[in-house]
Amino acid sequence: MNERIHDLQTPVADAGTGFVRVGMPVSRVDGRAKVTGEARYAAEHPAHDLAYGVVVGSTIARGRIAGFRLREALAVPGVVEIITHENRPRMRSFDLFYKDMTAPAGAPFRPLYDGEIHFSGQPVALVVAETFEAARYAASLVAVDYLPQQHETNLMSQLARSHKPKPLKAGFSPPPDERGDAEAALLAAAVRIEAEYYSGVEHHNPLELFASTVIRGEDGHLTIYDKTQSSQNSRWYVSRVFGLGKDKVTVRNPYVGGAFGSGLRPQYQLPLAVMAALQLRRSVRVVLTRQQMFSLGHRPETLQRIRLGADRDGRLRAIVHEAVAETSCYEDYVEVVVNWSGQLYACDNVKLIYRLVALDQSSPMDMRAPGAAHGVHALEVAMDELAWALRLDPLELRLRNYAEQDQMKGLPFSSKALRDCYERGARRFGWARRPLAPRSMREGSELVGWGMATGTWDAMQMFARAGAVLHADGRLVVSSAATDIGTGTYTAMCTLAADALGLRLEQVMFQLGDSNLPVAPIEGGSSHVATVGSAVAGVCAKLQKRLFRMARRLHNSPFAKARFDEVEFAGGGLRLRRQPSVAMSVEEVMAAAGEAAIEEKYLMLPKVLKQKKYLRATHSAVFCEVKVDEAFGTVRVTRVVSAVAAGRIISAKTARSQVSGAVVWGISQALHEETHADHRLGRFMNHNLAEYHVTVNADVRDIDVIFVDEDDRVVSAIGAKGVGEIGIVGVAAAVCNAIFHATGRRVRSTPMTPEKVMAPGGDVSVSAAL
Amino acid sequence: MTPFAYHLARDPADALAALTAPGGNIPLGAASFLAGGTNILDLMKENVARPMRLVDLNQLALARIEETPAGGLLLGALARNADTAYHPLVRSRYPLLSAAILAGASPQIRNMASNGGNLLQRTRCYYFYDTGTPCNKRSPGSGCTALGGLTRLHAILGASEHCIATHPSDMCVALAALEAVVHLRSARGERQLAFADFHRLPGDTPQHDNTMAADELITHIELPPARHAAHSAYLKLRDRASYSFALVSVAAALALDEGGRIASARLALGGVAHKPWRQPEAEAVLQGKPAEPAHFAAAAAVLLAGARGEGVNDFKIPMARRAIVRALEVAAAGTPGPACREEER
Repeated sequence: MNERIHDLQTPVADAGTGFVRVGMPVSRVDGRAKVTGEARYAAEHPAHDLAYGVVVGSTIARGRIAGFRLREALAVPGVVEIITHENRPRMRSFDLFYKDMTAPAGAPFRPLYDGEIHFSGQPVALVVAETFEAARYAASLVAVDYLPQQHETNLMSQLARSHKPKPLKAGFSPPPDERGDAEAALLAAAVRIEAEYYSGVEHHNPLELFASTVIRGEDGHLTIYDKTQSSQNSRWYVSRVFGLGKDKVTVRNPYVGGAFGSGLRPQYQLPLAVMAALQLRRSVRVVLTRQQMFSLGHRPETLQRIRLGADRDGRLRAIVHEAVAETSCYEDYVEVVVNWSGQLYACDNVKLIYRLVALDQSSPMDMRAPGAAHGVHALEVAMDELAWALRLDPLELRLRNYAEQDQMKGLPFSSKALRDCYERGARRFGWARRPLAPRSMREGSELVGWGMATGTWDAMQMFARAGAVLHADGRLVVSSAATDIGTGTYTAMCTLAADALGLRLEQVMFQLGDSNLPVAPIEGGSSHVATVGSAVAGVCAKLQKRLFRMARRLHNSPFAKARFDEVEFAGGGLRLRRQPSVAMSVEEVMAAAGEAAIEEKYLMLPKVLKQKKYLRATHSAVFCEVKVDEAFGTVRVTRVVSAVAAGRIISAKTARSQVSGAVVWGISQALHEETHADHRLGRFMNHNLAEYHVTVNADVRDIDVIFVDEDDRVVSAIGAKGVGEIGIVGVAAAVCNAIFHATGRRVRSTPMTPEKVMAPGGDVSVSAAL
Repeated sequence: MTPFAYHLARDPADALAALTAPGGNIPLGAASFLAGGTNILDLMKENVARPMRLVDLNQLALARIEETPAGGLLLGALARNADTAYHPLVRSRYPLLSAAILAGASPQIRNMASNGGNLLQRTRCYYFYDTGTPCNKRSPGSGCTALGGLTRLHAILGASEHCIATHPSDMCVALAALEAVVHLRSARGERQLAFADFHRLPGDTPQHDNTMAADELITHIELPPARHAAHSAYLKLRDRASYSFALVSVAAALALDEGGRIASARLALGGVAHKPWRQPEAEAVLQGKPAEPAHFAAAAAVLLAGARGEGVNDFKIPMARRAIVRALEVAAAGTPGPACREEER
């Protein structure tokens, strides 16, 4: 194993945790380290002679820097250097070198590269000082002279200049060609609905601020603790931007305090900290403020238009789904917004259009269930509108249009237990008691409504390597350059490995978060467990076989005549399935064979040829109850049931937490979150946690998560699909549909804040049974 | 952070002296008091406030809550918001105040925030907080960027062409309705200020939130004898259930006579103006009337007379009208209890 990982702080389960099986609800192995503060995040790693960098951001949205007035700032005691585009160290000159592994098409933003301003809040200077306080104060004294140019940040006024996006982004598929003749089928349909849906900008607000601590070794080696969803992506980026050999840079992210997609791409504090470390030849830390995090990227503002045509019995005849979203002027950030509408329901005539408008803003970024969170939202609200137009139960409408197969190529689903999600979710919620008509239920001053929606997300798998070392004392160390952004990667991987070799959980350590570890993909797209988990299963399978061969070769071995498929790994070692009393512990086998440690490596490549024969997706059914005081438009989400089909669940407790957390965010998307830009300034204005509203505890009541049985060996060798995104998809639509059921009013804009929900006019009765 | 001096005051006289002395090199107005720190520290971190000296009041003996000879209550300026809200005498005699405090901020902030500081908290206008934009309240004469901008949270009453910010306090809305009196002290002596005269409208000097002089210290907030404990309600409408400022809030309090008629009414609005919005004419409308929605609506019309939206915040006008009626209905039906309902729900 690599010597540079001795201080990774890899967590281990508490002694006494004992034997576990895949699917059991296991408490986080990193839980204790996190709640006691032992776990160190990117900004918390100590370094000798550390300098502190504070970023100065642009106050204009577009233009050029005419010059800096730095005398006052440089005079602050403790200030070491102010780095700007005028004095920065050498950076590569081709766009290609700035493209990280998830970069979309275009020319990536280059921090402090030149004097051009592309967005408000863009970093224009880094003040480096001996103390954070000095750097912070000096940063406030940096004066920048701009030559502003006319900017444009308002999507809604620029819809006419939308363009077809360049589709070059990992994981993105452009909308497929039209199926059938959607416009003609729409015209011929007995029932039609048409509506526009608006979703505002949202910003990622993980608890942990973006930060990079660059520790410079005496040999010039840079060990960088970075807030990222991939240590290897950050290392790749730093090596290429600054022309440093990969062996000169190590990036680590053993603990990440949430990211939600904001850590998929390296953020600007990373190159800024590296710049300062190279220029000053010392260790440097740069931490962004919460306000500065609103300049990183966001879920793009999107306007959608959906037209549905159906028979009188509710069978869909036509779906037309168009979306226009914003991107920056330098990249075509793309996400799958409309494609879901051609996949989720059976329909022969489907037209899907997705376009972008380039604005003077930072490039949008993937945010949990990118594209689907608002794309499926619009479809699912439209389906609810159609259900009411037909006077049909919304769940019944979905069942009548259930897609049994992929409709573009006729492929079967690798697995699709959505029907079970509908049934079990509806039963748990009590959906059968729902009156069809809106405004049918009231409690005191509040109208009560029940709504539902479907969710879906891709079931993806990347490739990964894993290594494993089994020690003579029974300790197993498995490793891969994976990431745990709080999702439970440590726990899931330890569980898989402990189960595979029949070890106690506390005997197993899973090392992640170091770019020197075996290659792993970026943690994103709900693919990490299916990918890294399969690699872990693969390397453990090799260890199983090796251990079995060792045991069989022993003198007087009890397994001398056994075949591999006749033994199982349980109870701390291996034993005969039919005669469990014939057993040897791992320690006994290792001792008898005279091995101090055995090591295996495994490369997990997705079975692409097999996978291509199937449509692979996760599904969910979300049911929700709201209570609405329509005099004021205030909405309380009092009950949510989310039934999820996401393959085999590896770590039941962390998976459940993932989904219930995503439901909370769905409520937040529905009711609370929006970043407001002042388009005159081209600037986001509510850039703090007091004014950017994230759902709080008091907004959250009962959340019930059901995992429906699935085991999908097409998606992954371990049967898992992934639960990262699916939990949020459809939640906001279920809330919107419940608000309609409560009030009879359809709110086609998120977040559904009080002024959008409150009854119009002056004659509304505010008196109510109290 | 801008360098600043720090002085831990021993007593009120020392605190007042420390506003300029020792050395006399700090001009009046350049030092700030520090109590709970829940607002001033944020403002300093954002470079919105840059005091040359922080005068820490936390050792001053001003944290008591005690009865007055007149039968009212004297709230120490340094008593914490949470301690005030949960104080037995506040809960039993002034449930409106208790409810208003508990509708504000978060439990953590209420544990720190002081009563005096609550009166002095600054607006939450986005532009005031962002030093990258002009703001008359932050830099007098630089202009009001909110006008024509993001005005969803801004004033519908009493605004000027120089400032349309609102006062963010919940506690102050109840204090206005309860006709509290602010006790001030300076080197020149002590004085008392009616709550209605404490905060001010922006006019052409929006940098001044209130009428306190730069050399004064809030020592106490006095509540007159309680008359409305049985029929009061604080209704706060906001974007989420906790930790968000009011879109509109209403403090309503009634005293009913034996026949069920309104003997006394109090009504104040939050989230709609540069100060808690109260008009005695609106309360007079209710005087002697039965506690019925038609009269409540009439009072609302008077209280909201002259209300004008900026477009984005037009919704606040019907929202306020409905909220006034609802709050008066709830008050008439009897004070909801207990005041800590939000936490228990």
